[in-house]
Amino acid sequence: MTNTLPKGSVRFDRVAKRYGNVTALKELSLEIEPGTLVTLLGPSGCGKTTTLRLIAGLESASEGSIFIGGQDVTHLSATYRKVSMVFQSYALFPHMTVLENVAYGLTVKRMRKAEAKQRAEMGLELVGLKGFGNRLPSELSGGQQQRVAVARAIVLEPEVLLLDEPLSNLDAKLRRHVREEIRQIQQRLGLTAVYVTHDQEEAMAVSDRIIVMRNAEIAQEGSPHDLYERPASAFIADFIGDANLVDVEVTAASSSGAEIALCGRKLTLPSAAAPTGPAKLVLRPHQIKLDRMPGQSTFPAEITYAAYLGNQIQYTLQGELGSLFAVAPPIAGAPQVGSSVFVSFEPTEARLVSA
Amino acid sequence: MKKTTALWLALGLAGYVLLPWYETDAGLLDPAVLAAYIRGEVPSGLAQMLFHGRWWLAAPLIGFAGSLAVLLVVKAQRQAAIGLVTFTAAGLALSAMQGLLIIPSGARLLSFPGTEVGQGSMGIGALLTFCGLLFTLTTGISGLGKGRGDAFVCGLIGAIVASVGVFVFYPVLHVLLRAFELRDKTGYGFGEFLPRLLSADIWGAKCLVFAGPCGSGTNSLILALMTGLGTTVLGLAFALIFTRTNFRAKGLLRVLTIIPIITPPFVIGLALILLFGRSGTVTNLLADVFELERTRWLYGFWGVYLAQVLSFTPIAFLVLIGVVEGVSPSMEEASQTLDADRWQTFRYVSLPLMRPGLANAFLLGFIESLADFGNPLVLGGNFNVLSTEIYFAIVGAVADPARAAILSIALLFLTLGVFLIQRRWVGKKSYTTVTGKADSGRHAALNPGLRAACYALALPWAAFTAVVYSMIAFGSLVKLWGYDHTFTLAHYARAFAIDIGHGLRFTGSAWDSFFTTLGIAAISAPLTALIGLATAYLLVRQRFFGKAAFEFSTMLSFAIPGTVIGVAYVMAFNFPPIELTGTAIILVIVFIFRNMPVGVRGGIAAMSQLDKSLDEASTMLGANSFTTARRVLAPLLGPAILAAVTYSFVRSITSVSAVIFLVSARHNMATSFIVGRVENGDFGVAIAYSAVLILTMLAAILTLQFTIGQRRLRRTNRLEAA
Repeated sequence: MTNTLPKGSVRFDRVAKRYGNVTALKELSLEIEPGTLVTLLGPSGCGKTTTLRLIAGLESASEGSIFIGGQDVTHLSATYRKVSMVFQSYALFPHMTVLENVAYGLTVKRMRKAEAKQRAEMGLELVGLKGFGNRLPSELSGGQQQRVAVARAIVLEPEVLLLDEPLSNLDAKLRRHVREEIRQIQQRLGLTAVYVTHDQEEAMAVSDRIIVMRNAEIAQEGSPHDLYERPASAFIADFIGDANLVDVEVTAASSSGAEIALCGRKLTLPSAAAPTGPAKLVLRPHQIKLDRMPGQSTFPAEITYAAYLGNQIQYTLQGELGSLFAVAPPIAGAPQVGSSVFVSFEPTEARLVSA
Repeated sequence: MKKTTALWLALGLAGYVLLPWYETDAGLLDPAVLAAYIRGEVPSGLAQMLFHGRWWLAAPLIGFAGSLAVLLVVKAQRQAAIGLVTFTAAGLALSAMQGLLIIPSGARLLSFPGTEVGQGSMGIGALLTFCGLLFTLTTGISGLGKGRGDAFVCGLIGAIVASVGVFVFYPVLHVLLRAFELRDKTGYGFGEFLPRLLSADIWGAKCLVFAGPCGSGTNSLILALMTGLGTTVLGLAFALIFTRTNFRAKGLLRVLTIIPIITPPFVIGLALILLFGRSGTVTNLLADVFELERTRWLYGFWGVYLAQVLSFTPIAFLVLIGVVEGVSPSMEEASQTLDADRWQTFRYVSLPLMRPGLANAFLLGFIESLADFGNPLVLGGNFNVLSTEIYFAIVGAVADPARAAILSIALLFLTLGVFLIQRRWVGKKSYTTVTGKADSGRHAALNPGLRAACYALALPWAAFTAVVYSMIAFGSLVKLWGYDHTFTLAHYARAFAIDIGHGLRFTGSAWDSFFTTLGIAAISAPLTALIGLATAYLLVRQRFFGKAAFEFSTMLSFAIPGTVIGVAYVMAFNFPPIELTGTAIILVIVFIFRNMPVGVRGGIAAMSQLDKSLDEASTMLGANSFTTARRVLAPLLGPAILAAVTYSFVRSITSVSAVIFLVSARHNMATSFIVGRVENGDFGVAIAYSAVLILTMLAAILTLQFTIGQRRLRRTNRLEAA
């Protein structure tokens, strides 16, 4: 079962979902390439879980069509879709052993017991839990339960694997480890996977592509790099990695960048593009430089709060550019609360988004 | 879909073509009936239609023939589903109509040519025919649904709706119909209904100004109000002692919660007679020492009131323990850190949070009192309440079914009214703060004044309850209470004698009814649990069109008092098309639909604790809803199933109100046997029998607790981390 898994694409054609008067999903169209891991990312209530459950068949669409592997499955119930899911709570059956859990999907499809057992054992081996088959789920740690849930989903050789916030019940240290494992299994088997999370760092770490959702529709989609480097809106800029958003006026725009007026000073941003008029300047916390002396294009500010985190110091600044959030290495002689500093940034790194 | 449809059609057709359509005198396996069947003397529906001039029995044929044609001809799934639904619905509707309209003496409401032959009650063939058509219909409906259509769920809904319809709403409609019957029996009309329903006979309130007796409706209302108040106050006192003090004998208080479950409803009344009756212990004592006159004060309002408060305080206690514990300790701690003292915390934080729970407990006591039949029957004397009036209107010297119907409707209005208030108002205002999150912290202790008040109220009452119950033990062991207190086992011997001289023979007078009771309770208990849990499954786990109405109608059937159900069954099932009175089947059925609430409530509680993602995981792994219910839900609900079975078993044994109308010489039940003894003044046997019943049920409950205790131990550590 290593390289022979069927790889399914997923396509939504103007799919809408309403519960009475509440719209959970406005006409959504999306395309997921076979063999990729795509993350649905967004704040709670944005429609990402609804989208996942629509792919699963646990919800039925109010409008539009859903295709899996080219087949129209809009009216097909979850039982008959070739899709498996890893639940947030894992949903391991507490009265069955680990092996029975993994073999469950095979036995309900009337596979012979011996064969189902053998396949289930291979599945367990794949997630590194060989020999744990006779235990009860409650006798495993959280991370192991998680892996059982993954094994249970993939032994069915689904066209699409769905993961609903699979890491949210694990503690922070374990999360990074498990997400690496999930990503490795997905890549090794070439699975098509759809992953739901509200944690942008997790999304960046595992995804081929991220679909950011907001208010029941897609806000922006692209690779992690795209989303970070070329946010299409202030929401994306702020949601993917922290960002300070500063009001600016674009005075001139050309293919070689934009010219802005910032606190009475003119700056040219070579890699930013925006139409003339009001806009927002995106400044990542690590892009902000703090100096004791004024220089060219520096802006005075005062440090109102500083938090020492060991590997860095987080500052809150108040000044000409408004309230800013910045980080700096914890070197000796780093500026203290109350001290005046001069803020600057590299114009080539700065981006603009529409106001 | 096609396979399932074909299967149900085959079953229905078998019933229609092969089995006798009409009810036979005994079961089909009875040799005499079987011989007649083989000789062709008890024809099937098809044969009745073809050879015996009963043309109207072609009705099911419309459903069968149409569905078969659809199965064979139509290929597109949606069109086939529409065809199936149309034909089976038509077949069902017409079959039901012929049953209701054509009865032995020709037509009742309308008459058709050629129906003079008439017909008897439907039998096994008709039952199978209806089932076949019904489930073909539900399978068809599931085929109509988009995506989520599920034959198992649709079939379950169909089965429950149909059975609740036939065994709850159909009989109640009969009562309604009888209430509109004109006095001279010439027909039906609205003219007499309202005056009779609102007559002074029922709602008279003279007693409030001491100018004579009140109507039975007024009596019921006053009694219910007082009982509701009394049980709520006492229940709260017990609950506060149980949860907010370090009272030592909490284990004994727990016993209080089991007592009402295993006590047949009139037993308290009996015990009170032994204490306060004309020759009761206390009466004797007072007469001897203070030379007080022996009166019959117990037989009237105060006796019934006392018995009801004794009977229903434990129920209020049970409800209020949950309510008092449900108040989040962190709220009380917050109040205390804001410098409120213990009294202020209780007065301004805890008590307001408990208010909906208190209202709930009050309404429960109110409803229980209205529906109570045993205590007023034993202690009522000249104090008439609705439930006993209904009984006497049916079995009294002058049987007056129309009056019983009117009284039933009056009682039904009251209980349904309270039930609606409870759902609309109290149900939505629950402040209890059980979130599933661990809410650490400690409940505030009661302030000394309040604690003293609780003790003063509750402890004497607990002692009194203990005395009353010990009466049951003593009362059965003396020759003649109040006159001859010599120890004897004669009562037990008369009721439960066994003759082993000539092989094992149960010669005691009570054995018959005892075995019937156990047998019928044992048959109905698993069926009750099954239908109750299935209903709970639909309510908690499934979404479907009309769910709100489904939920409302199943809940509604909870609010119908047993007496009303009894009367309704007598009125509805004494004639064709469904004639069941005098059989054991009607007893089984009445228990199933009377006790269904136990299964539904238990099932809802248990199922709500199982994460829905377990079902979804099973679905995602390719299991259909039947497989999911069987392989995932059923094993996890084991204890709940066991509890539902045990409690419906026990409730069947203690039930008296509905049963007393339905027992027959062949199938007598323990409770009605005891009531008969009481009416003859034969207290010794009655109490001995009650004691045996209580012990039987105690054994059942303890077995349950033990089994569940074992299972739960094993399961908690399984579930802990899952």
